[in-house]
Amino acid sequence: MKILVAVKRVIDYNVQIRVKEDGTGVVTDNVKMSTNPPDDNAIEEAVKIKEAGKATEVVAVTVGEEKAQETVRKALAVGADRGIHVKVDGILEPLAVSKILQKIVDKEKPDLVFMGKQAIDDDCNQTGQMLSALLNWPQATFASKIDVKDNKLEVTREIDEGLETIEINVPAIVTCDLRLNEPRYASLPNIMKAKKKPIEEIAASDLGVDLSPRLEQLKVEEPPKRKAGIKVANVAELVQKLKNEAKVI
Amino acid sequence: MAVLLITEHNNKELRPFTLNAATAASQIDSDVHAVIIGQNSADAAKQLSELPVVKKVLSVEGAHYENFTAENFAPVIVKLAENYSHIVCSANTFGKNLMPRIAAHLDTSQVSDIIKVISPDTFLRPIYAGNAFATIKSNDAKKCVTIRPTSFDPCESTGGSAPIEKVDASEEFSNTKFIKREEIKSDRPELGTARIVVSGGRGMQSGDNFKLITEIADKLGAAIGASRAAVDAGYISNDHQVGQTGKVVVPDLYIAIGISGAIQHLAGMKESKVIVAINKDGEAPIFSVADYGLEADLFEALPQFMEELNKLNTIQK
Repeated sequence: MKILVAVKRVIDYNVQIRVKEDGTGVVTDNVKMSTNPPDDNAIEEAVKIKEAGKATEVVAVTVGEEKAQETVRKALAVGADRGIHVKVDGILEPLAVSKILQKIVDKEKPDLVFMGKQAIDDDCNQTGQMLSALLNWPQATFASKIDVKDNKLEVTREIDEGLETIEINVPAIVTCDLRLNEPRYASLPNIMKAKKKPIEEIAASDLGVDLSPRLEQLKVEEPPKRKAGIKVANVAELVQKLKNEAKVI
Repeated sequence: MAVLLITEHNNKELRPFTLNAATAASQIDSDVHAVIIGQNSADAAKQLSELPVVKKVLSVEGAHYENFTAENFAPVIVKLAENYSHIVCSANTFGKNLMPRIAAHLDTSQVSDIIKVISPDTFLRPIYAGNAFATIKSNDAKKCVTIRPTSFDPCESTGGSAPIEKVDASEEFSNTKFIKREEIKSDRPELGTARIVVSGGRGMQSGDNFKLITEIADKLGAAIGASRAAVDAGYISNDHQVGQTGKVVVPDLYIAIGISGAIQHLAGMKESKVIVAINKDGEAPIFSVADYGLEADLFEALPQFMEELNKLNTIQK
């Protein structure tokens, strides 16, 4: 079984986001970037499946500018076998990304495609589902447990009501929740080894895919600020304020 | 053209966020049709027809719809989409799972998780876990939009009498099989819709100590939340997690106990109407969003809090 894992480079989750003064977006210059956190879970799961002898190859793919390759390199350092970097300038919508991934799937013919359930920059939560629609493959979104059984997967999904378990036939798409596993750190020797693993570079424009934006981002602004609250001296004062001032209890 | 609302239900009745999504749909266009896909879902369809904002109900029944599998739902909606300008659904796990599958089939860029309808083609949505708001205009002919349910009030649930029209089922998608659903049963209100949420963080120090929170939550009729740190430490199960990757809650009162206020947590609760923070670290970021902050050791403060609540003659439920 071959697993393709899609990873995205985003602003690191610990960075306090700042909105640009001209309203065109958020500040990304000189800001720490990392792999989208649930994409790390996707890589980890694929590597674990390979280590368990149930997969033969793990290929990491990213779609993005020059520096996005760092995310592929990181995936290689934690156990992916080789990488693909689809180069594109600017920001693509999930629909365009899923069309690019469809082309990569056509070429690589993986049995499974893993990725994070959501990217923490645009918070769209679309690409995995869109890719499975384009391929007409089954989708297991928000996966918190994956059991590989021959040509099937049993996947536990995190849903609002609790947990749902489904069985999907391979080939299939799985989008991963943070709860799926604990991503490992790359060891120094593995980081060195990863430098020798191959990364194929492909220009997005060579894939014959319509990448034109359908959405216009008219403005990005700071969310309304909460007005500063007060500190209360003790619990009695707190309860009195909640009862008589805020009137919420 | 009219707006098509995708109904979330459990085959017996509507799930509550359908009413919030109906409100959002009606803000896009007053001509709202609602599609309900299920198995033996006639009662839920009738309930849907009674929502005054819904002008027509389209009912699709089939055994393969019983468990709301996106692969089975999407073809039905894609076919119906011909007659609609917008497809609308809640941005909860139901809608998040389903809508992109529809959008891709329609070759449309979905607008996810909107918090405001500015005009029929322009929407406000949070990005970066709510640390920025983006105004997005869609230039697609058909627009697929998911709405953040807590940002829209539920619509009226009675007084309407929309006609119910049967629609043919589509073929079953055979590569996905539903096995089981384990619903978390609780006597407490659901975290996503509760009027009061009491949340604990790493400061609780153990799962056992959460009983201090349980007591207060019971007294207030509140749901119990938690920070990711508390979940990761194993103090409480992850269905209680509030934050960017957990649930986004907007209660009237949010009480954060022993929670420092990491960016991801704030993203899930900072729109709450009144926020209380109890933390012994006076510099904790949670105090920057709290209306009422109490700098105290929670193990002293919580028993006192319970005592003070017991002294009150009445507590709103």
